[in-house]
Amino acid sequence: MPDAPGLELIAQEINDSHPGAVTETALEHGRATLVVNPGKVTDVLRWLRDTEEQRYTFMSSLHAADYLPATPRFAVHYELISRERMERLNVKALVADPAAGNGAGGELPEIDSCVELYPTADFQEREAYDMFGIRFRGHPDLRRILMPEDYEGWPQRRDFPVGGEEVLFTHNEIDTPRWFE
Amino acid sequence: MEVERRKLGRVPAPWEQPKTGEELRAKQIRAREMLRGDLTDEELEAYVERSVFTTTLEKGLNWARANSIFPATFGLACCAIEMMSMVTARADLARFGAEALRASPRQADLLILSGRVSIKMAPVVRRLYDQMLEPKWVIAMGACSSSGGMFANYAVVQGADKFMPVDIHVPGCPPRPEAVLHGFNKLQRMIQGQPDLGWRQRYNASGTEEWARLEPGTPSPEAIEAAARAVEPTPAAEEATDA
Repeated sequence: MPDAPGLELIAQEINDSHPGAVTETALEHGRATLVVNPGKVTDVLRWLRDTEEQRYTFMSSLHAADYLPATPRFAVHYELISRERMERLNVKALVADPAAGNGAGGELPEIDSCVELYPTADFQEREAYDMFGIRFRGHPDLRRILMPEDYEGWPQRRDFPVGGEEVLFTHNEIDTPRWFE
Repeated sequence: MEVERRKLGRVPAPWEQPKTGEELRAKQIRAREMLRGDLTDEELEAYVERSVFTTTLEKGLNWARANSIFPATFGLACCAIEMMSMVTARADLARFGAEALRASPRQADLLILSGRVSIKMAPVVRRLYDQMLEPKWVIAMGACSSSGGMFANYAVVQGADKFMPVDIHVPGCPPRPEAVLHGFNKLQRMIQGQPDLGWRQRYNASGTEEWARLEPGTPSPEAIEAAARAVEPTPAAEEATDA
């Protein structure tokens, strides 16, 4: 983990090459975090991966979070590791909910995909999409990964109702459509 | 710890008593006489009564079914570990004739739902159940497959009987193998038509059967009870009139 001056140095260098990319830094509980502009997240990740002194070549986790009362509502976290120095860095991109305010449910928050940079992000972005409904622009195959494919709703959002679900018999419907009638 | 071994004190039935040589010889001669046709009316009656017992075909069939159940080799979650130990030497499902776990639902009679059923798994479980041949039975093992258990969320079906019929619910999280064996014995008794599982009698709920409800014009049990109460004055009311 970079220490506090090191983190500031990284933020400074990124902002020099990509102005306005890093909006905030945080260092708490032994965890260094760069809060970045969601439009420039792929630039930041590419810089962190390819710059000679950084070499954060390994993405250990990509996950989303919902901070419902807060705005912007969603965040996508990228946990990076530099295998050479065994240092961890957390990149956090705050994503606003486009459906907030107008009450419409159709629009989904969007962010650029980083599958090109880290192939492991493929399934993890699909999971974030599945659970939180965050659309990753440029993802090669963005569809649900854990829930049934015709499932409706984003179950790990904080405003998702808690309770039992009805059973969907789509398994049988492949062979015999509308079998239940 | 010292293990104490002792014989279980079961009294042998008369036909299990060891026979002496003379008795066996006499029996043999009796059978030969019968076959020759030497036994007449009463003697023949007595012979038949001694050596033949009658039952209905259905009872015999159910007896055979209940004592040769083939469970499916099918585990869903952590309860499956307890289900596996049900077959091992300590619990020993083989005592009840069910040690042959079949790897195919087509050969199985019993499906033990051992664990939570997720909504993605539910259609698969239902397909397995549909592939089993009649007669077939289902034991919902543990809290999750009975009611959803601790998983009151978007991923888990809240009780397997939402999508398939379940005969026995075994509570526990997970149940001990002994508990599942108890449930299994209850299932055997249910198959043999014994009234041990008559929850309607226990809960005083006769008249709530589906057929009783479906019959047009059948008054509900509550209505019958209300009518009975209206006709018969309660003891308190009688005392009031006496006074």
